[in-house]
Amino acid sequence: MANKEKALEQNVPTTNSRRRFLLKAAWSGIAALLLASAAAFARFFYPRVLFEPPTRVKVGKPSEFLPGTVDTRFKDKHGVWIVRNEGNRIIAIKTVCTHLGCTPNWIESRNKFKCPCHGSGFLRNGVNVEGPAPRPLDRYKIALGDDEQILIDKSIVYRGVPGKDPDELYPQSILKA
Amino acid sequence: MIKQLFDRFRQTQVGKSIFRRNYEDTPKERMLAIRGNVFMHLHPIRIRRGAVKLGFTWGMGGITFLLFLILTISGVLLMFYYHPNTRDAYMDMKDLEFTVPFGMYMRNIHRWAAHLMVITVMLHMFRVFMTGSYKPPREFSWVIGVILLVLTLLLSFTGYLLPWDQLGFWAITVGTNMSRATPLMGHEGPLGPELGMTAYNDIRFALLGGSAVGSNALIRAYIWHCIFLPIVASVLIIVHFWRVRKDGGISGPR
Repeated sequence: MANKEKALEQNVPTTNSRRRFLLKAAWSGIAALLLASAAAFARFFYPRVLFEPPTRVKVGKPSEFLPGTVDTRFKDKHGVWIVRNEGNRIIAIKTVCTHLGCTPNWIESRNKFKCPCHGSGFLRNGVNVEGPAPRPLDRYKIALGDDEQILIDKSIVYRGVPGKDPDELYPQSILKA
Repeated sequence: MIKQLFDRFRQTQVGKSIFRRNYEDTPKERMLAIRGNVFMHLHPIRIRRGAVKLGFTWGMGGITFLLFLILTISGVLLMFYYHPNTRDAYMDMKDLEFTVPFGMYMRNIHRWAAHLMVITVMLHMFRVFMTGSYKPPREFSWVIGVILLVLTLLLSFTGYLLPWDQLGFWAITVGTNMSRATPLMGHEGPLGPELGMTAYNDIRFALLGGSAVGSNALIRAYIWHCIFLPIVASVLIIVHFWRVRKDGGISGPR
């Protein structure tokens, strides 16, 4: 009893009373405010609109890419090879070696992508066959736009996995013309 | 003559309002003089003879603080001529070197003091470790010191991009590419892709303000470098010094 009187004197809530509830509610409110502010500050660092080169680029109609060719026209500008197989399947390969990030070259006479830095070699479907590269070349998302041009979305990357055929792993990385 | 003038100034109302006491040369008055000054009160009131031996402290903490002051002053001066945007940044750096009076001097002071500060911070840490000065009751000071080391390195890193030259551009490209591999928060790190991380929503995106080093990355590096990191470092330096005083002054040979 003496303790309770002392506590009352010092303005400390003793039981689960209205005061204790209000105290908790007030602190919860402050905590919620701080958490919401922290979330807002974090979100603030992720801009909605970027002033960067577009990640979606148009490269032309499928008929411009002949069967059995590797198109190197967009290598410098957009960092992508457009590869069409003997049939109607078209893929967009990212021009970055999976070893240390150099830019390989398409060597028509040897039917391979060869990296000048450490000699990694890749087949026309991107699979690594020689040199230190640990996995197949990455691919970009490829689709047909409303104007029937091929649309490459560089923000979506299909990452090559060691020992796996990217054609089977990512059927969605293939455009059927 | 000067002393007489000063003594007369001390008797005026202005002088009395600034200097509260007559400083007699007694140990008590000396202590009060240190304790009654807002800047000096961060400093230990008394210093043991052994603690100022150069062979023991190497003076590295003090030299680091001196370099921090030099960097603050020269950095603020550089800010007067530097526009943090991709069009002007490189040319402003060149202007500082070739046209601004003493610009080259200020830029080089800032550059060399920055390099030196990284070295002196490391040597200070090494000295504190080798003399066992991190032991109780100074553990908290050590922890603050580790944070200050990280802040020094971050200041160095963010300052690297500001000249907007090839060296800085690729250093920041490589440095922020490492953050792709951050666990959970990087789009090439463990469990990152599984949590939906891409190059447009991971931690690297927040650092750069984009998916590549560009104008957003430059202004972010500038603000971290010139405002946020120096303020945090200043606060922690104050705590660091205050702790030295509270824990009984600079540690010394027993």
